[in-house]
Amino acid sequence: MAAQTDLRAAPPPPRERPGARGSGRPAGGWRQREDAKGWLFIAPFGAVFIVFLVAPLAYAFYLSLFTKGLATGTKFAGLDNYTRAFTDPAFLKGLWFVVKFSLVLIPVQMAVSLAAALVLDGMTSKFSRFSRLMMFVPYAIPAVIGALMWGFLYSPNFGPAQQLFGFFGLDAPVMLSPDNVFGALMNVVTWQWAGYYMIVIYAALQGIDPSIYEAAKIDGASSWQVALRIKIPMVASALVLILVFAVIGTLQFFTEPQILGRISNGAIPPDFTPNMYAFTTAFAFAQFNYASAISFSLGAVVFIGVYIFLFATRKRGSFL
Amino acid sequence: MNTKVAAAVLSAGALIASLSACGGGGGGGGGGAAGAASDAKAKCSVPVTHADAPQVTVWAWYPNMESVVKNFNESHEDVQVCWTNAGQGADEYNKFQTAVSAGRGAPDVIMLEADTVPVFAIQDALVDLTEYGAEEVKGNFSEGAWKDVSSGDAVYAIPVDGGPMAMMYRKDIFEKYGITPPTTWDEYRAAAEKMKAAGGPLFGDFPSNVPAPTVALMEQAGAKPWEYDASDKTNLKIDLDSEPAKKVLDYWGGLVQDGLVGKQDQFTTEYISGVVNGDYATYISAAWAPGYLTGAGAGAGDDKGNWAVAPLPQWDPANPVAVNWGGSTFAVTSQAENKELAAKVAMELYADDASLEQGAKDQIIFPLNQSVLNADWFINNESEFFDGQTANKDVYIPAANAYKGSTYSPYSTSFYAEFTKQITAMNNGEKTGSQAAEDLHKAMVAYGKQQGFTVQE
Repeated sequence: MAAQTDLRAAPPPPRERPGARGSGRPAGGWRQREDAKGWLFIAPFGAVFIVFLVAPLAYAFYLSLFTKGLATGTKFAGLDNYTRAFTDPAFLKGLWFVVKFSLVLIPVQMAVSLAAALVLDGMTSKFSRFSRLMMFVPYAIPAVIGALMWGFLYSPNFGPAQQLFGFFGLDAPVMLSPDNVFGALMNVVTWQWAGYYMIVIYAALQGIDPSIYEAAKIDGASSWQVALRIKIPMVASALVLILVFAVIGTLQFFTEPQILGRISNGAIPPDFTPNMYAFTTAFAFAQFNYASAISFSLGAVVFIGVYIFLFATRKRGSFL
Repeated sequence: MNTKVAAAVLSAGALIASLSACGGGGGGGGGGAAGAASDAKAKCSVPVTHADAPQVTVWAWYPNMESVVKNFNESHEDVQVCWTNAGQGADEYNKFQTAVSAGRGAPDVIMLEADTVPVFAIQDALVDLTEYGAEEVKGNFSEGAWKDVSSGDAVYAIPVDGGPMAMMYRKDIFEKYGITPPTTWDEYRAAAEKMKAAGGPLFGDFPSNVPAPTVALMEQAGAKPWEYDASDKTNLKIDLDSEPAKKVLDYWGGLVQDGLVGKQDQFTTEYISGVVNGDYATYISAAWAPGYLTGAGAGAGDDKGNWAVAPLPQWDPANPVAVNWGGSTFAVTSQAENKELAAKVAMELYADDASLEQGAKDQIIFPLNQSVLNADWFINNESEFFDGQTANKDVYIPAANAYKGSTYSPYSTSFYAEFTKQITAMNNGEKTGSQAAEDLHKAMVAYGKQQGFTVQE
């Protein structure tokens, strides 16, 4: 006790003196040192970020400003490659395809994953843990392997479809025909990603305070009402997050069509999606400059699309 | 272990040597490239026999490449081959293209299919071999085979194997439906109609993913789709909408629309299983096809001895024309450190009797070297795949010798991609062969102009 009183009674330590000097320079120095430490902490990330993201992007942008024909040398072209990209029917067709694909795929994918998450959240048996794992498994399978596997399942000669349909005396549809390829790809992507999105939503659902449900029940809400009026609004930010993931991923659609293209009898040409077009243009047609321009154009479209979306959902989304 | 140490010492030595060699001008970039090259040397798929001899790096995908490289290394003391399999066809070309664009990372010698040679020659990625004694081996090859690797006066590769085209057919199916091998395309269609009317299988196949044989069939009818000379780089003549080109595409488009032939993509498991199943009565193919089908599992077991081969049907039997599909070559890249040595490898690799004999007997390749084409064992070889038929003497050698050579597109990758699209549209009934030929022509003219060529139509 006495010691404490002594301490309290003691004169204030001379710390205030430097501050009192007025100019604020020492305080600034202190902050600068703090800033330097901060930079030191993000340096590992910063180095990787600059070397593997910023620098390649800058280089690709630099490349996209030139043209190189087979019969001519490299010359500066300014934004000509971009004008060419946005008037190139192959690029526009691919872009239109991924936009269409997103418009149909994403709602389906969201509905499937949301429904699964809600069901699993409502169950507490061992079976729910098992189904949760099983639904997540497709995401753990590399996209290339998944696409190869679906290629086999879709095969009219080897796949099980022919046997299944043959059982009813029917011919199996050719899944990778020009008419069916849209649905066939949608199926593969939903299979691959729904489990992942389900886990994201499920995690958000698990984070909701159960006392809210109790309160709702006491107020006489049915399970449906709890799901629609409480659970879904409370996981809205998770929904926005996976929507953004899905928009970005789908607009950059590449792996599945690239793999299935080889067995599609021409239904998936090399310019099927903008990313495939960029890949073929660069590595098969040797037009690295134009391919860079295509990639940047696609990037711009994705950026604008995501920005518009986030702008439209900004009230509900918490992470903006 | 010892070889590893030796290789490490060697590559260190090579690095020092090349560093000091380019010390005058190159600077850091040159040293880095030499380092990458010696890195590649340390990882030869077949260990070199004479470790102190200079090495030449080679990319190739021949199935028997391992013994080919051994044969070469054992018989050469002044140069050794360091071989890597960098993938087959497009996989290798894409890697090579990247190395060409990057200006480093390419091998010294590369295996290229004849129709891909101009694609890289025009980018100055290949060395004109006339300076390095290509004329000396010219006599080993037919005129057509040599034309395929030449452009004007320049020679960009040394041929190894070719693909003289012929019609393979199922003897058992032909017998069952009482059909004799057609000798003209009119007879081919008539036989196809007869077989369909009798409830038989498809008569052939018109795939979208491999347009090269279709280009060859267009040339057989008299089309000259590409005219181009490496000495005049910016001029290009394209004629894809000529009457013969339209005739061939309309012919095949008609066969597909009438359900006489299939529209299954080839080099797929789907197609092979159809072939094994007997879904196709004929296979319009090249001399390497028996080896390819054997490797894929066809022509064995119950299927054994069902196939026979006949000359390619003709448009005008009075003036038969032989055409070629596929076949490959060795070219020297302009990134080669020692071009003379690399040229020696390109000319002598897979050119020795032991390798050629193995390749030909195992039906891995159809050699273009006259030493084989004129050898009795090759001429009188009774093909097991064709149930003892002397296929070389009857069909393939005459076709190889009658082949006059082609000029391939300087941008054949884009050309084939566009052609695939057009054939797909034809097979889906969206356009006729003539329309496809016109659209293909327009697209290729536009592409050529865009690439800076002065295009003559």
